Amino acid sequence: MTLLDVKNLSISFGGLRAVDDFNISIEEGQLYGLIGPNGAGKTTAFNLLTGVYKPNEGIIKLGDKDITGLSTIEINKAGIARTFQNIRLFKDLSVIDNVKVGLHNQFSYSTLSSVLHLPSYHKVEKEMDEKAMELLKVFGLEEHRDYLASNLPYGQQRKLEIARALATNPKLLLLDEPAAGMNPNETGELMETIQFVREHFGMTILLIEHDMKLVAGICEELTVLNFGRVLTQGPTKEVLSNPEVIKAYIGDE
Amino acid sequence: MKLTKVSKRNLITYGIVIAFYIIIQILNLTGNLSSHMEGLLVPMTYYSIVAVALNLTVGILGELSLGHAGFMCIGAFSASLFSVATKETMNGGLRFFLALVIGTVMAAIFGFLIGIPVLRLKGDYLAIVTLAFGEIIKNILAAVYLGYDEAGLHISFKSFVLQGEGKMLINGAMGIQGTPSDSSFTIAIVILLISLFIVQNLVNSRDGRAIMSIRDNRIASESVGINVVKYKMLAFVISAAIAGTAGVLFSHNTSTLTATSTYFGYNVSIMILVYVVLGGIGNIRGSVIAASILYILPEMLRGLSNYRMLIYSIVLIVIMLINWAPKAIEVREKYVTLLKRRFAK
Repeated sequence: MTLLDVKNLSISFGGLRAVDDFNISIEEGQLYGLIGPNGAGKTTAFNLLTGVYKPNEGIIKLGDKDITGLSTIEINKAGIARTFQNIRLFKDLSVIDNVKVGLHNQFSYSTLSSVLHLPSYHKVEKEMDEKAMELLKVFGLEEHRDYLASNLPYGQQRKLEIARALATNPKLLLLDEPAAGMNPNETGELMETIQFVREHFGMTILLIEHDMKLVAGICEELTVLNFGRVLTQGPTKEVLSNPEVIKAYIGDE
Repeated sequence: MKLTKVSKRNLITYGIVIAFYIIIQILNLTGNLSSHMEGLLVPMTYYSIVAVALNLTVGILGELSLGHAGFMCIGAFSASLFSVATKETMNGGLRFFLALVIGTVMAAIFGFLIGIPVLRLKGDYLAIVTLAFGEIIKNILAAVYLGYDEAGLHISFKSFVLQGEGKMLINGAMGIQGTPSDSSFTIAIVILLISLFIVQNLVNSRDGRAIMSIRDNRIASESVGINVVKYKMLAFVISAAIAGTAGVLFSHNTSTLTATSTYFGYNVSIMILVYVVLGGIGNIRGSVIAASILYILPEMLRGLSNYRMLIYSIVLIVIMLINWAPKAIEVREKYVTLLKRRFAK
């Protein structure tokens, strides 16, 4: 079944068409890559999918639901969660609290209970703690639960961001350059984590990445963007051996 | 029940306040408290309360408010109006309780009204709008005349003469006369404890985490489905409401309530901000301690006449250095771990 179906998505900033006639269709359970040279519009495409920007044209459908033009908050509730290219953690909150903010809409008690710490507070907080610890264990962060998020090493901050995104119980996970700034060891570990997330949670994943080893290693299908337009789409191997793609990355001889 | 680190920290805060209260009571009973000092206790406590309230906005929500004296002013005037109007007909305890409720609710309403447009914006607009709000409220209340007589209720910006039996409630620049002195140190401390309870509990809850996530990263906060405007509003309204409660304590501690700059001007808002900053932004306990010390200090230094403000300023700088200079933090942490080790043995 098609989970994400995007048709003719476009946005202009002034005279610049940052994303132009963008189409993508992602099946449930797929691990899909979005690649392209710097400035090709990959992150802009992510921002369109998550409601940070409103598209000038086009339709975004998640499952059967039309989510075009919804706010970031509503799109997250509909089932899209994301991470950011430049890590955006809640730096003065503890590791576990970062995940618990992600769990915000899965659990609920009244504001009165927040202020007075009524029995419902203690009951729900305990459930939230358990759920958050489960997620932290997946990423091997359970021992750092009380660290401030800003005190984690870089690689673990990336993992925490993924854990927080998963806490919102999404159908589709968008990862914006998850391997940026990582050494080959960390990248290898990250590939395993992404694979594990996909199998363990049955998650559909769309990722932006420059690290071709990672892309070739785990993505099943690719879309290549260049100057805001789709250059080519298809199975990873075919796309990566396409001379057009190589030209876009390395330039003409 | 095993105490978590957080609830232990909260209990220490309540403990400090209660211990302080007991010490003051003992000093009072043994006759060691001068009447001048006694008169400072209630103001010291209500400024601590406003500092806690402002820290919720500045430290927890991460927005700057320069109008908390304005919310105090709203609380003070609305509650005083009620108390003066019902002075003859209602018994003291119930009247003061209702006055507290009215002052708190009125300040919350004004906080809400200001929040509707401003909290939707990104940036430092809240500081500008609250600064203006505080000044406008103060100036309006210093100019308005309100009274009732046989012909009904009158409100005007010009003074007027009442017909027959009647009473002036707000008398222009003369303010509200004859508010009953219902505030006491005990009630003020109880309200301080309640404010601390509310703010500290809020910080350690689902709502509190949402509020702090907005402070740390608004974009990430929205990306995980947090309703940013709603939680900004929640924090700001609670903060305004608590400042209003402090205002009620203020007005019921003085028989003549006037809307002058000395009590409700922006310099007072900034003074409260100084308490919050020096106590540590986001550190609720620090706000209480800083507000208490910094309120009492200038009063204690009265004997030094001209040098008073000089010494006060030096103290401000020293506290700031102790709090924030990296070397000072290093030394402090060293001693804290030493002490902890000693206690652990």
